[in-house]
Amino acid sequence: MHSLRRTLASLGATLALAALAAPAGAAGFATVDHASSRIGFGYTQMGVGMDGSFGKFTAALAFDPARPEQGRAALELKLASIDAGSAEANDEVRGKDWFNTAAFPLARFESSRIKSLGEGRLQLDGKLTIKGKTHAISAPVTYKVDGRRASFDGTFTIKRSDYAIGEGQWADVGIVADEIRIDFHIVAGQ
Amino acid sequence: MRHRYTTTAISLHWLIAIGIAGTFSLGLYMHELPLSPTKLQLYSWHKWAGVSLFALIVVRLLWRATHAAPPLPAQMPALQRLAANATHWALYALMVAVPLSGWLMSSAKGFQTVWFGVLPLPDLVAKDAALGDLLQDVHEALNLTMLGLVLLHAAAALKHHFIDRDDVLTRMLPALERNE
Repeated sequence: MHSLRRTLASLGATLALAALAAPAGAAGFATVDHASSRIGFGYTQMGVGMDGSFGKFTAALAFDPARPEQGRAALELKLASIDAGSAEANDEVRGKDWFNTAAFPLARFESSRIKSLGEGRLQLDGKLTIKGKTHAISAPVTYKVDGRRASFDGTFTIKRSDYAIGEGQWADVGIVADEIRIDFHIVAGQ
Repeated sequence: MRHRYTTTAISLHWLIAIGIAGTFSLGLYMHELPLSPTKLQLYSWHKWAGVSLFALIVVRLLWRATHAAPPLPAQMPALQRLAANATHWALYALMVAVPLSGWLMSSAKGFQTVWFGVLPLPDLVAKDAALGDLLQDVHEALNLTMLGLVLLHAAAALKHHFIDRDDVLTRMLPALERNE
């Protein structure tokens, strides 16, 4: 529990995360291994597939495979840590039209429901907030338990226009597509 | 006696000449632009044009390999013949090397080339920022070399036409043939 507390402290005492401490049972996974975890994204630009990732994020979860429905997950992601493929692109997307990281440094996710679909499959529902805009998202997740560690892999798609990511001249989704695929790989220990 | 390149060779020459002029100018213009949707669009167009030209150049080389060029004027000095042949083969080599360097540069910079947004070209090198910068310099140097040779090529053609008054220009541009 110490490491979970550390994680929580590093996140700041957000309500969502404070609630996580409760359901973590003895067999639960509650310590995220950030070095082994990854948050990536993909999109198309003039029909060309592009990939990127975020270097800094803090995830917290409480998940007991015996009671998946009681699990919780939350994430705070430092948007300025984006790697969008080139230095020029990184500078651009931190700017006002895109993430406006000066005013909105973090993206937040908070689970609202975890539903077991059986055989290591889950449906994760929650709310994603970027740039002051919150929308519900739903992601299929697969998980694997390997001794005292578990890994969670999921992917979902958002529309950047829903979050005003890319305003002004970038609002045109004909060049940079509206659909952004988010992939996550989260590794946690007990 | 009048000599001419084949109609196919003439068509390929002028089509590629116009294509190179346009794609070169676009490249020169676009790379100074600040990042914008327009810039991304122009880069894609430049790359599509480059791939199209590369395909035309392959056809042109195959045609050239199987169809002899008309003979040079008999009175041309040996040194001039050597210079003419060297310039032609250097231009052929550059017409292959310029698009190839652009393609490799795109791959190294992590932007795959997808012809007309439909046909993805394989990335022949993995993403590598340092290699990308190096290939950008190579692409630029090859282009400037090609610009120099194209100007020399055009100046030589005009010299042949207006000073030597031979058929070197008209065999590639029959519209200018003199009625003698």
